Amino acid sequence: MSDDVAVVGVGMHPWGKWGRPFQSYGVHAAREALADSGLDWSDVQLVVGGETVRNGYAGYVAGATFAQALGWNGARVATAYAACATGAQALDVARARILAGMCDVALVVGADTTPKGFLAPNAGERWDDPDWLRFRLLGMTNPAYFALYARRRMDLFGATVDDFAAVKVKNARHGLANPRARYRKAVTADEVAASPVVADPLRLLDICATSDGGAAVVLTSAAFARSRGIPALRLRAVATVTPTFPNTVIEMPNFATDSTVAVAPGELTFRDSIAHAAYEEAGLGPEDVSLAEVYDLSTALELDWYENIGLCKPGDAEALLRAGDTTLGGRVPVNPSGGLACFGEAVPAQALAQVCEVAWQLWGRAEGRQVEGARVGITANQGLFGHGSSVVLSV
Amino acid sequence: MFFPREEAFCRNPGCAGEAFDEVALSRRGRVWSYTDARYQPPPPYVPVSDPYEPFALAAVSLEAEGLVVLGQVATGFGVADLKVGDEVELVVEPLYTDDDGTVRTTWRWRPV
Repeated sequence: MSDDVAVVGVGMHPWGKWGRPFQSYGVHAAREALADSGLDWSDVQLVVGGETVRNGYAGYVAGATFAQALGWNGARVATAYAACATGAQALDVARARILAGMCDVALVVGADTTPKGFLAPNAGERWDDPDWLRFRLLGMTNPAYFALYARRRMDLFGATVDDFAAVKVKNARHGLANPRARYRKAVTADEVAASPVVADPLRLLDICATSDGGAAVVLTSAAFARSRGIPALRLRAVATVTPTFPNTVIEMPNFATDSTVAVAPGELTFRDSIAHAAYEEAGLGPEDVSLAEVYDLSTALELDWYENIGLCKPGDAEALLRAGDTTLGGRVPVNPSGGLACFGEAVPAQALAQVCEVAWQLWGRAEGRQVEGARVGITANQGLFGHGSSVVLSV
Repeated sequence: MFFPREEAFCRNPGCAGEAFDEVALSRRGRVWSYTDARYQPPPPYVPVSDPYEPFALAAVSLEAEGLVVLGQVATGFGVADLKVGDEVELVVEPLYTDDDGTVRTTWRWRPV
């Protein structure tokens, strides 16, 4: 059923720290995506915006904000929020309307302007909000959660800080030729090792920055794309799953896992279940994947994702990395865009940015970072408060 | 069983109950993982020293409850004192002092 929806155009505003209103990045990305598809803004029947929570009311109603900025054309509108998974949820809304036959052309846009430094909760005293409490009572920043996962890989699987640095070196190399990446500079393992420790064992260069950016995707029904003769990729899956009780991996912004006393944990962790759902929906498996864009909030987390998306068994990610399998030219390149290591995170845009990269790869237009013969790409990402996000595209 | 205590709904999809009992959690557990905060966290974290002094954090697995619970690590201990699987015990220590002079305490994990 999901084969009935097509990706016909993608666009991005380059990532950076530009300090401009988020809508300017969103409009830039939207216009680029429309131009890419050969469609006009007047053809768009539905706009779905990814909400940003750091830019006031305009950010809360992002869909309408983008629609107004592009010029009111009477299109239907929706706004989605799922933290880092926002883009996938916005895409899912658009896909559902197309599958329901309610529209043929939808524009999905996400953009953000982010503050410098650690992401912190909004101001005010909120004793019932775990995202506020974790800072107040524990001083538990986002990198501290990433560091827990990193340390566990070291103590359980024998990962080393050199492995983590190798992920950064790889992704920096991948992003060198990406015109939309914020950081386009080779990084050496020595430079990673010389950067200050933020949350042991992770150093500054192991952790992604926060960035401004915008990304957009144009979806149509497959029939519409055919009737207009528009080159289209197949949107094979958009998995926006929530966890299954009991969730046994400690996650931002929680203080504890779910208890395993009343119900025994299932075979898959929440992160495993995200890609699992996407593969099932797509009718594909890890063996079909030509490339993956995964959420490398930290270098070590990229290694977790190798296992979560089924590229290898738990504990084997370091071997995969060391063998060069996930490097451009290897068996299944991961983060050929350069990943968050080269982009930094622009929350409501990031899951869409992953989709943009997969699209360019499948169209053979990823100049300087092309995965040769790419036919299937998967994205994976997880948003705060139980938001899975995995998108599968194929030629 | 939930931490912090749950007062609204049970997350188990097979349980529609909305009444909760207060139970004491185990005071001992094993380290699931650990890290530290080398830079001062942003507000609403309340700084306790000037200049800032890093502190360690641990996620601790409680066997009887089947829970992993986060906490700061007791004063005087750092990441060098910890390994995944090590036993730790709960201690209560001051967290910060309110503007009116009230000392707020918190749970922390201390290596045994």
